[in-house]
Amino acid sequence: MSAEYDFKSFLLIKVVRSFVMVFIILTIGFLLIHLAPGDPIEFILGGAGFYTPEFIASVRERFGLDKPIHEKFVIYVLNFLRGELGYSYVFGLPVVEVIAARVPPTLLLMGTQLVLVIVVGSLLGILAASRPHSKLDYLVSSLSVAGISMPIFWLGLLLIFLFSVSLGLFPAQGMTSLRVTGWWEGFLDLLSHLFLPTLTLFLINLGLVTRTVRTSMLEALRSEFVVAARAKGLPERRVLFRHAFRNSLTPLITLIGLQLGWLLSGAVIVETVFAWPGMGRLLFTSIGSRDYPVVMGIFLLVSTAVVVSNLITELLYAYVDPRIRRAK
Amino acid sequence: MNDAVLRVEGLSTYYYTDKGVVRAVDGVDLVVGENEVVGVVGESGCGKSTLAASVMRLLQPPAKIVKGSIFFRNVNLLELPEEEMRKIRGKKISMIFQNPASYLNPLLTVEEQMVESMTLHLRISKQEAASRAVNILEKLGISAPDTVIKYYPHQLSGGMKQRVMIGMAISCNPELVLADEPTTALDPTIQVQILEQLLELRKNLGLSMVVITHDLGVAKAICDKIYVMYAGKIVEEGKVGDVFNRPLHPYTYGLLESALSVYEKDRPAKFIDGAPPKLVEEIKGCYFANRCFNKVDRCLIEYPHPSFKNGRKVYCWNPVGD
Repeated sequence: MSAEYDFKSFLLIKVVRSFVMVFIILTIGFLLIHLAPGDPIEFILGGAGFYTPEFIASVRERFGLDKPIHEKFVIYVLNFLRGELGYSYVFGLPVVEVIAARVPPTLLLMGTQLVLVIVVGSLLGILAASRPHSKLDYLVSSLSVAGISMPIFWLGLLLIFLFSVSLGLFPAQGMTSLRVTGWWEGFLDLLSHLFLPTLTLFLINLGLVTRTVRTSMLEALRSEFVVAARAKGLPERRVLFRHAFRNSLTPLITLIGLQLGWLLSGAVIVETVFAWPGMGRLLFTSIGSRDYPVVMGIFLLVSTAVVVSNLITELLYAYVDPRIRRAK
Repeated sequence: MNDAVLRVEGLSTYYYTDKGVVRAVDGVDLVVGENEVVGVVGESGCGKSTLAASVMRLLQPPAKIVKGSIFFRNVNLLELPEEEMRKIRGKKISMIFQNPASYLNPLLTVEEQMVESMTLHLRISKQEAASRAVNILEKLGISAPDTVIKYYPHQLSGGMKQRVMIGMAISCNPELVLADEPTTALDPTIQVQILEQLLELRKNLGLSMVVITHDLGVAKAICDKIYVMYAGKIVEEGKVGDVFNRPLHPYTYGLLESALSVYEKDRPAKFIDGAPPKLVEEIKGCYFANRCFNKVDRCLIEYPHPSFKNGRKVYCWNPVGD
């Protein structure tokens, strides 16, 4: 049917638009970084004052820092299309390798907390909405507000104080311990390191998801098709999940879409507090050391992630709501 | 009176709002016999829909049933635990709603929505339920029902949506159907078709029905018995012919007059002046007294006792034509 064709062209337009967006982001990011103050040569040589101007010039030439900005841009774009992002000034390794090593820890941390937040937040939101103005509703709402308004680094420090310093239950730093052998022991060790940073992010984000789901559920529960579903004699659980929750998914998808973009970068503070070896901390240290290629690489990766998650969000809307699927 | 399908006795449903208690349904008695179609007519806001929702026990706070009983086949529905009531909803008593566009779930196909109540109440497989659904839609005059069943509500016309709603309501062979303004949201030509459909169902399935409507034409076309409701109370009841040909209550009289003036151009338009009382106010006498052309002194002091006449009942101190 023609609807099928419409959907394909809809998808094509979105994908093309996403590519254009990534290119624009690349341009803006490139300009921003080169307009920012600070000279990477200082950090490459560790104090340029000790070297002769000839030596500095030769290093500049070796890293291509002497070329005019438009030439650097063309080289960067051509490399980017080949999947290369240059070399890190600090590590002396290809940027792709440097970043790639930091992606899994961040994905692990953010993925774990995102799944937990979505599942627990949705359930709490549904529960609160199904009994509005009950004690449970007030409890959930107050906890949500507390979570939203708490500064993340402070919560992280409090949790470290409680669980690591006072109770000694969980490690406060890093992702793995040295001297742990065996697959199972390694796994448990990873989990215990994962606990505190995940809990911190979970508590901060939980409120947002809970509030969003509660609000949209309350709205859905007021709709007439929910009355009709009850009039059919459906069990309340089925009314809540199949009829009301499905119809309240759109705001949640929007929220998750926004969070997905943050997946790769949003952990900067938490990763710094807990010394988690992920991309957030890499970004933080790279900015400090003017490691332009790495900063640019992370910037591109995060922007691409945001663009892709927007695309996924739109496709999810269409998947959930047949009315969007049909329109254009 | 044990043969009644539905017997509502002294039912009162109040809304507890911030502004006060709204007595939306106030001591209503209503009887629906076997294979009988009973109409409840009255202007908007008189409590008709609250009455239907009370019978289904579908009220949400701040609405609450405060007294009375609702006997369905001699079982008081108000005393049933929720779980038992749930098994009656959609199976023994089902409901057709006013606006099919908003009472159908936009995210589920016709099939998904029709099948779920059948698999639940009739304990049949999804495939069986789906083929039953196709049959029902075909009987309701939908051509190509096996295509329509895969559609989402937004792909259907208003008339088709209402047919789907009706199909859903009758899919589990109910004994009683409550139709709340079943034709109000539809075009006039479709209204006629839907009315014919309802009449047919009543004949073929032996259904009992309560039709709630503000449209006197609808009531006249399909009902056996009429209850006229005003400000939460039944003011007059009787056989449809009697009530329409010789209304006793001044409100019924005015309602008929104003309806007729719409259809007959030569007839001078007659309106019932004023508005129904806000149901929050405590009123001593007849609720209609402030708008009544036939009122006597007693109307302002005491609520009318019912008077009976040839199987008719009217709550009025000074009925029309006496």
